[in-house]
Formats: sequence, C-alpha cells, structure tokens
Amino acid sequence: MNAPQNDTPILRAEHFSKYLTGRKILDDCSISMRPGDVKVLIGPSGAGKSTFLQCINCLLEPDEGEIWLGERRVDFKNTRELYDLRQHVGMIFQDFKLFDHLSAENNVALALRKVRGLSKAEALKRAHEELARVGLEDKAKLYPAQLSGGQKQRVAIARALAMDPTILLLDEPTSALDPELVGEVLTVIRDLAARGMPMIMVTHQMEFARAVATEILFMEAGHVIEQGSPEELLAPGAQTRTQDFCTRLYELCGETPVEEG
Amino acid sequence: MHILSTIIEALPYILEGTLVTIVLVAGALSLGFCLGVPMAVAQVYAPRPAAMLVGFYVWFFRGVPVLLLLFLFYYGLFGLIGLDVGTIGASCIVLGMTSAAYQSQIFRGSILSLSAGQLKAGKALGMTNGQTIIHVILPQALRLSIPGWSNEYSILLKDSAMCFALGTPEIMARTHFVASRTYEHLPLYITAGLIYFAITMAGVTMLRRLEQKARIPGYNSAGM
Repeated sequence: MNAPQNDTPILRAEHFSKYLTGRKILDDCSISMRPGDVKVLIGPSGAGKSTFLQCINCLLEPDEGEIWLGERRVDFKNTRELYDLRQHVGMIFQDFKLFDHLSAENNVALALRKVRGLSKAEALKRAHEELARVGLEDKAKLYPAQLSGGQKQRVAIARALAMDPTILLLDEPTSALDPELVGEVLTVIRDLAARGMPMIMVTHQMEFARAVATEILFMEAGHVIEQGSPEELLAPGAQTRTQDFCTRLYELCGETPVEEG
Repeated sequence: MHILSTIIEALPYILEGTLVTIVLVAGALSLGFCLGVPMAVAQVYAPRPAAMLVGFYVWFFRGVPVLLLLFLFYYGLFGLIGLDVGTIGASCIVLGMTSAAYQSQIFRGSILSLSAGQLKAGKALGMTNGQTIIHVILPQALRLSIPGWSNEYSILLKDSAMCFALGTPEIMARTHFVASRTYEHLPLYITAGLIYFAITMAGVTMLRRLEQKARIPGYNSAGM
C-alpha cells in the first residue's frame, strides 16, 4: 500500500543543536517527514540518535533549531504549543515507560481522558480498539508487571496511537526485549509502516530497517553524516560509512551480512 | 480490689481522653498529609526558591522539640496573631505542621524512588507536568509511602501525649489528673499505656491492610 504523496512535509526539524553538560551532543541535524516516510537513525552509541529523537518532541529542548508542523512553526517556549506538538508526535521508548500502577487499558485511556477530555467509557472503548490493533484485546485488564516485554511494548504503541499522532518516534523499541519477543513488536511496527504511519526510528535491527525504511540517516558524533535510501547506502560495494557500520554490526552479532539479506 | 475499682471508676474519664487523642492524631495526620504532599512535590519538581523554602520548613520543624513548638505556638505565636482555637485546635495545628515536615520527606523519598521515565512518558503523551504528577507520580508514590506513613502514625500518636503540657484533655492529661488525686500511679499509667498500645496496633494493622489492598497486581509483596 502506497501512502499518498504530498509536497508539504508534515513535520520538519531544522538545524537542531543540543548541548548537555557543556558538550555539543547534537550539531546542526535536520530531518523532514512527508506522509508515509519511515526514516531510520543508525550509528554508534553516543552518536546523538536518542537526543535527536527526544528533541523532536521537545522532551529535550533543542538549544538551536526550529520545529515545523506542516506550515506552522512551533514555538516550543510556549507551553500550549509545546503540549500540542507532543500530541502530534507520539513516542515509543526503549524501556516502554508504561504507567506501572495502571492496567493496560487504563495506560491507553489515561491521556485520552486527561488530554483529550474523553469520558471514562469513551476512553476505555478507544483503548480496547487500540489494544485490539496490536493483538492484546485479551490483556486489557492486566498490569504492566503481568505482561511480557513484547506485550508491554505493544501496549506502549497502542497508548501512543490512541492519541492519533501525525508521526511516531521510536527509540530503539526492541533493544530491551528478549530475542524471541522482538518479532511480535516488529510485526506491529511493520503494519504501521504499511498503513502509512510516518515514523522516525532509532534501531539496530538492520534487516528490518532495510525492509521498511524509506531513508536511512547515519549519525556520528552529533552529526548526520550520511543520508539516503537503504538501496543507495547499503548497495553491494557502496563503500558508505553506513554499510561499513552495518557490516561490523553483523560481524558482532554473527548474522548474515546485509547484502545477502 | 481497691485498685480495680479505681481503674473502673477512672476508665470512662480516660476513655473520653482517648477520643480526644484520636481526634488530635487524625487531625494532625490529615493536616500533615495535606501539607506534606504538595511540599514533597515542590521539593522534587518546583524551581529552586520554592524547593528551598520547603527545605527550610522541614529543617525548622524537624530541628526543634515538639514540646517547644507547642509552647512557642500556643503561648507565643497564636497569642501574637490573636488566634484562639482552644487547646485541642492548637495541639492539632502544631502536631500537624510538625508531621507535615516528616511526611513530606516520606513522600519525597517515594517520588524519588520512581523512575524519571514515568514523568517523561506522561509528557510524551501531551500531558502537563501537573497532570502527570497527579495521575501518574502520586498514585504510585503514595502506595510506596504507606509503610513509612505507618511509622509516622505511631510516632505522632505518642507525641500527642506531649499536648498534656498545654492542658489538652487527652489520655495522658486525664490519667495524670486521676493519678495525682488517687495516688494509684502504677495501675493508672499501665492502663493508659495499654490504651496507647491498642490504638497503635489498630492503626498499624489498618495501614498494613491498606498496603495489601493498594498493591499493584503483578508486584510481589517482597517488592520487586
């Protein structure tokens, strides 16, 4: 299924820089998202991938740079615009960050009630729909501590989708999971991509990135140093940093190199 | 037999004092809770000046004996500002303000023990800090606070005996009054002690039940 093509980006993050404890963690990074785009951030640890991602919904406020939602520039110093931005940009964390004291259904329903102002019944109805979409309708009453890692991450995805985000940020969504649980989460993400949900994802799942990404951004030391389609960057003999990095990643993991995948 | 009849005769009078003690403790714990929760939140999340103000409050109330505070407020401050709430009211306020200092630190500890990710998750969903604190942070922190709070209850109950010094007609004051007239110190103070013991046990047991009831499913009692 092809997502509708449109010339106006739905979200642009432009010339982001971020200093943490006096060090420049992020240096002039930009990304632009059109409908149906799935962009993957890769790079060595400490490259600034997570920082970049968290600046996009201002969980970390960028020190320099601009965020545009469609035609409108977001003034993230203005709290109203900031909260509005975060409603448009859903986020999935490496460690799920489910609300530990709430059942799966209430994890999804809470923000619907408090941010969207839905009634309890409406919010729970929507929560059940979203949980069904990630295949967890029978786990609605269970608490995070009663779920497996993969189930927790799927609840987190349902929770983010319930807010009808225009774009989804995923920060290493499978790296805290046991290997046998990675597949169920990737399936959900793959479905989202197929339905045209724009996503920016930090991941080390290169097979997956190659299969679903429309673009790969390779980051190192706070810079985006390579950027292009997976076919370009990972073509046999492309001699890109991206390919070099991936090859080393596969050597470490002992998986098949990307060229053969 | 004479001892027994003295106790039986004095018991209704002392039990009335028990009611006063229970009112004192319930009032002080409630006031301490209502002040302590926002104080803890301010100390963790508010800008530095507000956090420092709370720090000063805690430092003051924890640093001075309860007896001194009772005298300072009842005879000193309340007179100065013309506040007349009676001995029970004054005792409640002073015990409550002191308890707020201790309770705030119980809650603060619980808030700090939660992962910072909970607040982040709320923010990422478009919730305000206030909404996340009220609906996500506090429900979890207060659950974790019950054991510490049970401690505060039992300490406060026994501190309430100090209100005797203001003439508050609670267990201790009444027992002392009867004992000084009948000279049956030993049996009367043992009786008063047993009453304190019973209230302590009842409260602690109730809080233990609450703790069990409020436990988040999936977490074992050893607290993982």
